[in-house]
Amino acid sequence: MDKFQVKGLLILAVLIVGVVFAVPSFMGSSELSEGYPGPKQKIRLGLDLQGGIHLVLQVVTEKAVESRMNSVLNDLKNEMINEKIHYSKAMVDTPETVQVSLRVSEEQDELDKLIQDKYQYLKYANKSSGPEGSTVVTYRISPQEAESIKKQAVEQALETIRNRVDQYGVSEPSIIPQGADRIVLQLPGVSDPERAKKIIGKTALLEFKLVDEGASSADAASGNVPAGDYVAYMKDSNQPVLLKQQAVLTGASLEDARVKIDQYNEPYISIAFNREGGRIFEQVTTENVGKQLAILLDGKVYSTPVIRDAISGGKAIIEGRFTMEEAKDLAVVLRAGSLPAPVTILEERTVGPSLGQDSIQKGIIACLVGGVLVIIFMLVYYKLSGLIANLALVFNVVLMVATMAAIGSVLTLPGLAGFVLTIGMAVDANVLVFERIREELRLGRTPKMAVEMGYKNAFSAIFDSNLTTVIAALVLIQFGTGPVRGFAMSLTIGLVWSMFTALVLCKWIQEWLVTYRNTDHVSI
Amino acid sequence: MEIIRPGFYFDFMKYSKYAIALSLVLIVACIVWMFAKGLNYGIDFTGGTEVQVAFTNDIKTDSLRSTMGTLGFPNAVIQSIGLAGDREFLVRTPTEGDTGYAAAKKIEDGLKTTYGKEKVDIRGVNMVGGAVSKELKYKGFMSLLIANGLLLIYIWFRFQFKYSIGAILALVHDVLITLGFFAFTGKEISLTVIAALLTLIGFSLNDTVVIYDRIRENVKKASGDYDLRNIISGSISQTLSRTFLTSLTVFTVVLCLFLFGGSVIHDFAFAMLVGVISGVYSTVFIASPVVLALPGVRPGAKK
Repeated sequence: MDKFQVKGLLILAVLIVGVVFAVPSFMGSSELSEGYPGPKQKIRLGLDLQGGIHLVLQVVTEKAVESRMNSVLNDLKNEMINEKIHYSKAMVDTPETVQVSLRVSEEQDELDKLIQDKYQYLKYANKSSGPEGSTVVTYRISPQEAESIKKQAVEQALETIRNRVDQYGVSEPSIIPQGADRIVLQLPGVSDPERAKKIIGKTALLEFKLVDEGASSADAASGNVPAGDYVAYMKDSNQPVLLKQQAVLTGASLEDARVKIDQYNEPYISIAFNREGGRIFEQVTTENVGKQLAILLDGKVYSTPVIRDAISGGKAIIEGRFTMEEAKDLAVVLRAGSLPAPVTILEERTVGPSLGQDSIQKGIIACLVGGVLVIIFMLVYYKLSGLIANLALVFNVVLMVATMAAIGSVLTLPGLAGFVLTIGMAVDANVLVFERIREELRLGRTPKMAVEMGYKNAFSAIFDSNLTTVIAALVLIQFGTGPVRGFAMSLTIGLVWSMFTALVLCKWIQEWLVTYRNTDHVSI
Repeated sequence: MEIIRPGFYFDFMKYSKYAIALSLVLIVACIVWMFAKGLNYGIDFTGGTEVQVAFTNDIKTDSLRSTMGTLGFPNAVIQSIGLAGDREFLVRTPTEGDTGYAAAKKIEDGLKTTYGKEKVDIRGVNMVGGAVSKELKYKGFMSLLIANGLLLIYIWFRFQFKYSIGAILALVHDVLITLGFFAFTGKEISLTVIAALLTLIGFSLNDTVVIYDRIRENVKKASGDYDLRNIISGSISQTLSRTFLTSLTVFTVVLCLFLFGGSVIHDFAFAMLVGVISGVYSTVFIASPVVLALPGVRPGAKK
């Protein structure tokens, strides 16, 4: 076997592998037979072809820092009381700073020492004089600590959203972080974007807080709030309720949440705490028999049941005049856990199923019509050589499909346009070669020489011109988003394979014709 | 079959000054038009909410506009997309974020009550926030700049500096002409259109490189004193048949996309159609004369 034959076998091997990888994608929705020898994965369709929802979320990480600072502040207040540091006011000023107003300015040293010992991540920022001779000292959270809280918030948000999407039952979702605080979410086939957004965007912070029955809530609502308390409002009636600031339990202690139906056919949610949560719940209920316990979700009070007895077993219920769908969705978000910080939606793209279907059909029609026209054209213009170029074109498409299926790249609508464009541009390499061969023939060269010189002389033009297009496409891959990137991917893959089919496959066939078949002329 | 006779020679360079004058007039017209009328940026670049809707019966843009007015969106931009028979529209409002959803919902419901539920097909809803749109605009602009920069360097490296100047001027020409057409027709500039601009840059350069390659080769072949002007005209003539064929195949497939590809891809195909024609023209009449006009060392000469 000579070198030429070996080369032919290698080309054949590439083509066979290509066909094997491409067949599943060409089968469409029909099933492959059991005994199919190759990999069964198909080209994945992008959201714009399948329908679905694409969301870019931003985690409001400042809120995570702020809520952390709030809990630090609560702790600090207790410590200051223990250490007998007299403060008139202590609050979280900006999300990253706490402010303490000291009655006696000399106590600042003690406060500094306390902060240094117990809260190393708080750094002294400045002080100023406040009203009534007080000294206002400001501490700022260290940038490293703030950064790590933010990072954690994003990671946890990612995890929570992943859980929620899993619970919601979306097939093949894609949830990936982007930049410092963004999450890109793709939910193929989701037909109700409103509902999906509610499930994903809900903070779902579940809290249990004791109601302060020592003071009137109406009085508190008009501004007279006892220390350690605050006013929250009922979900439906918007009535004020005076609550203890400290939550006795949060959703973090939940193990399960299920929708149940009560005797009036109204849905409610039955929740189960984990072991530690159950223990705390039992302790709290034992100590507060006869008092009211408020159940809050995202700051709204859902109900304020009276504790009749100590509750052991770690179970509780949430009522709130839910519709069935609301109750189901709430159970999903409770099971998946709360978001560490709220999220806002920066970008949303919804593609209805009719548009996706329409786009695929039209894209394929454009592909077919364009392809057929180019094939006819090449055949008429270049005869047998045109036929060879057409063969190369068909294999070009096959190899493109095979590559995209193999590397798991996603086919978007602009990607389909990339296919069409590749069909138009792929024949360029053939045209360049064939024009050269014609020129060489006109100079009176033998067919064998003409073919050889044609390929040789056309090479630099083909290489340079394809590379420039690939450079533009690579820039698109780097900068583009979703669909546009898909276009650049398919264009790049197509052009690389067109070099192979035009310069290797076609060359081999034409050389075989002029060398082994000893044809005395080239049909071109 | 042959389109161009073998041995064909046309003195392209002789007419290049007229062509350049024509291009300048066109470009100035495009720029004036762009400033006077403004480019119609889509929500990718302005931020806002966009509802894509198709009707089963014939609805006029005016009727849709007045409906939007009664729904409380007098500032909504209404644009017919796809081919005339598609009856498909983009309805755009500048609201974004949570108010954007509310707006989208209100538009959807309003259209369904006004025109009848079964006649309205909501095909998609897009919302792009202000922060994202600024980023997309920046990225779109940067990608055009970076692509041009890289290509300039590549041509410089493979040919000569003055060749890359010619190539880049041709590309700027193509992009301006295409944008001018967008300003003229009022079509929306979206991310996909930026992708089309980059692709036509690649395609136009493809053409330019093929001719440059031929010039380089002919200069190498030429012995002693030679007339670069003749060589350039000759190189363009020799590659003309290829230029026609390739442009024709690409034009054919892009036309198929334009006619059959559906509403989403329509503007992309439109940009490509303009770009393919402009690309061929600029290769012959912009990129090559620039090489002739600029001083430089003998192309292809050994360093």
